[in-house]
Amino acid sequence: MTNLALPREDGAPSSGLGAALRHARYILRDNAVTGFAFALFVLIVLAALFGPYLVPYDPLASDTAAALKPPSLAHWFGTDQLGRDVFSRVIVATRLDFLIAVTSVALVFFMGGLAGVAAGFFGGWTDRIVGRVADTVMAFPLFVLAMGIVAALGNTVQNIILATAIVNFPLYARVARAEANVRREAGFVQAARLSGNGEVRILLGQILPNIMPIMVVQMSLTMGYAILNAAGLSFIGLGVRPPTAEWGIMVAEGAAFMVSGEWWIAFFPGAALMIAVFCFNLLGDGLRDIVDPQRRT
Amino acid sequence: MLRMICKRMLIAVPSLIGVVIITFLLTRALPGDPAAYFAGPAATKEAIEQIRTKLGLDQPLYRQFVRYVSDLARGDLGNSLTTGQPVGYEIRTRLPASAELTLLGLLLSMLIAVPLGILAATRPNSLIDHACRVIATAGVSLPVFFTGLILVYVFYYLLGWAPPPLGRLDVFFSPPPHITGFYLVDSMIAGDGELFLASLKQLILPALTLGIFSLAPIARMTRASMLAVLASDFVRTARASGLAPFTVVITYAFRNAMLPVVTTLGMVFSFLLGANVLVEKVFAWPGIGSFAVEALIASDFAPLQGFVLTMAVMYVALNLMIDILYGAIDPRVRIEA
Repeated sequence: MTNLALPREDGAPSSGLGAALRHARYILRDNAVTGFAFALFVLIVLAALFGPYLVPYDPLASDTAAALKPPSLAHWFGTDQLGRDVFSRVIVATRLDFLIAVTSVALVFFMGGLAGVAAGFFGGWTDRIVGRVADTVMAFPLFVLAMGIVAALGNTVQNIILATAIVNFPLYARVARAEANVRREAGFVQAARLSGNGEVRILLGQILPNIMPIMVVQMSLTMGYAILNAAGLSFIGLGVRPPTAEWGIMVAEGAAFMVSGEWWIAFFPGAALMIAVFCFNLLGDGLRDIVDPQRRT
Repeated sequence: MLRMICKRMLIAVPSLIGVVIITFLLTRALPGDPAAYFAGPAATKEAIEQIRTKLGLDQPLYRQFVRYVSDLARGDLGNSLTTGQPVGYEIRTRLPASAELTLLGLLLSMLIAVPLGILAATRPNSLIDHACRVIATAGVSLPVFFTGLILVYVFYYLLGWAPPPLGRLDVFFSPPPHITGFYLVDSMIAGDGELFLASLKQLILPALTLGIFSLAPIARMTRASMLAVLASDFVRTARASGLAPFTVVITYAFRNAMLPVVTTLGMVFSFLLGANVLVEKVFAWPGIGSFAVEALIASDFAPLQGFVLTMAVMYVALNLMIDILYGAIDPRVRIEA
């Protein structure tokens, strides 16, 4: 990114970290919302990394004497039906939810990205097969397919990750295919070919790095959906099992108490989920505006 | 027009074949031995063998597939272990509940999202434009089950305006005679105003939940496509000819801007059908979504498979309808076909 940084007005050479920071500040100044989303993102990452060491209570320790207490100074988010501290559980759950989203997005990035790039670059049969697979996945309502996959493969967190990756496959494959396709006869590709590079080498060494920015935007745009999907699956009882702290399952546990007025059990994990997804969506939009301003709607 | 419809239907065939193959493979991917699974934990070895033969699991995969397809062709989706009823029957009786909910949700969100998108596009960078953007981003970020619970808390527990979130009708009422399966329509046909109100009361919160969920993509797309159309030459010409602003926006621009919005409906339906499952769980709605969730909890695979297949077939059909509708609105598509 340093080559994009503006030269300093005093004429001093812009270099290294300072220039990168200045460039980031230059972008963020025009995008206060993106800056806010980025700050939120850092907060979520910190909670995922250090949350379990910081929380005041053991997220699994029940205390029936203090069950169903509304938010107070001792329990900021109140306690649930077993007297577990909702605040501690919400913070600790960040790691699991974040991990599910990141892993599934990374997985689909490799599957969909590579398949799409190959389809766009080689064309022909590769293109037809990848296109057919993507179309078949798209023929299902995505959440329903994810349900079916998790139910069939077994009720584990790994399968939730896999199912989330599979339902996102067409999106990644399509974007990567379109981007690779417009570059297959580009000048730099032909130059690489003339200097004796094999096709696979060109694909991995020339095309893939060039479509990276677009793919990264795609990743941040689908992160939010990945979290929602995983939380939705655990809400209906798939994947994560109680008593594990996870946002979706916590909302499910609190749902029954909503009608009797104990709103805090479901509200706080739901709000955490909402904020995380909101943050990823804003961040994705902001990144897209920077990388690819024409696609802004 | 007819040729276009036929052609489009042919394109839907590979999708349907793909759907059937995937649903078939999902059953074969069952962890462990499907025969032991179907026989239950207390079954003897002979009983498992018997079930294996009965299910045709001792035969090669392609034979099993042929058998699966021929069962499907007869409308046989297997039996539910928990209710003992054929899955096809269960899905048929529960489908109207889900359809009524989904359609009303879509209608509500169209009623809000389309005017909002138009207003935002005609006044770029105004307060309503920013509001539209915030709502669009917030709408896709809201977990649909969370929105539902909040609505229940506010409108049932705090305000007491809504009935408890327990199904399609209060226990004091009996459902209207079955004609369409939509309680709103059936009670109207029966001329029972009280029943109509009662079912509307039950329906409004879940429908609103789905509506809020699908608001975002529709509003966003309406705004984007209205912006593009409003910048085009024919709108400028219409304005220059002195037509009233309202006529220009609604009669000229809006009709053209609707095309991309109709296209996004396909994606909206994909989200709606999935969100439906979650909303049905929150509101104890007796549709096919909660049927699938109950089956999931009981590890009853046949209903789940039938559910996935039904949803996928419906989704393919909906996309087909959207494409045909598109052809009806836009004559250019017809000529190309």
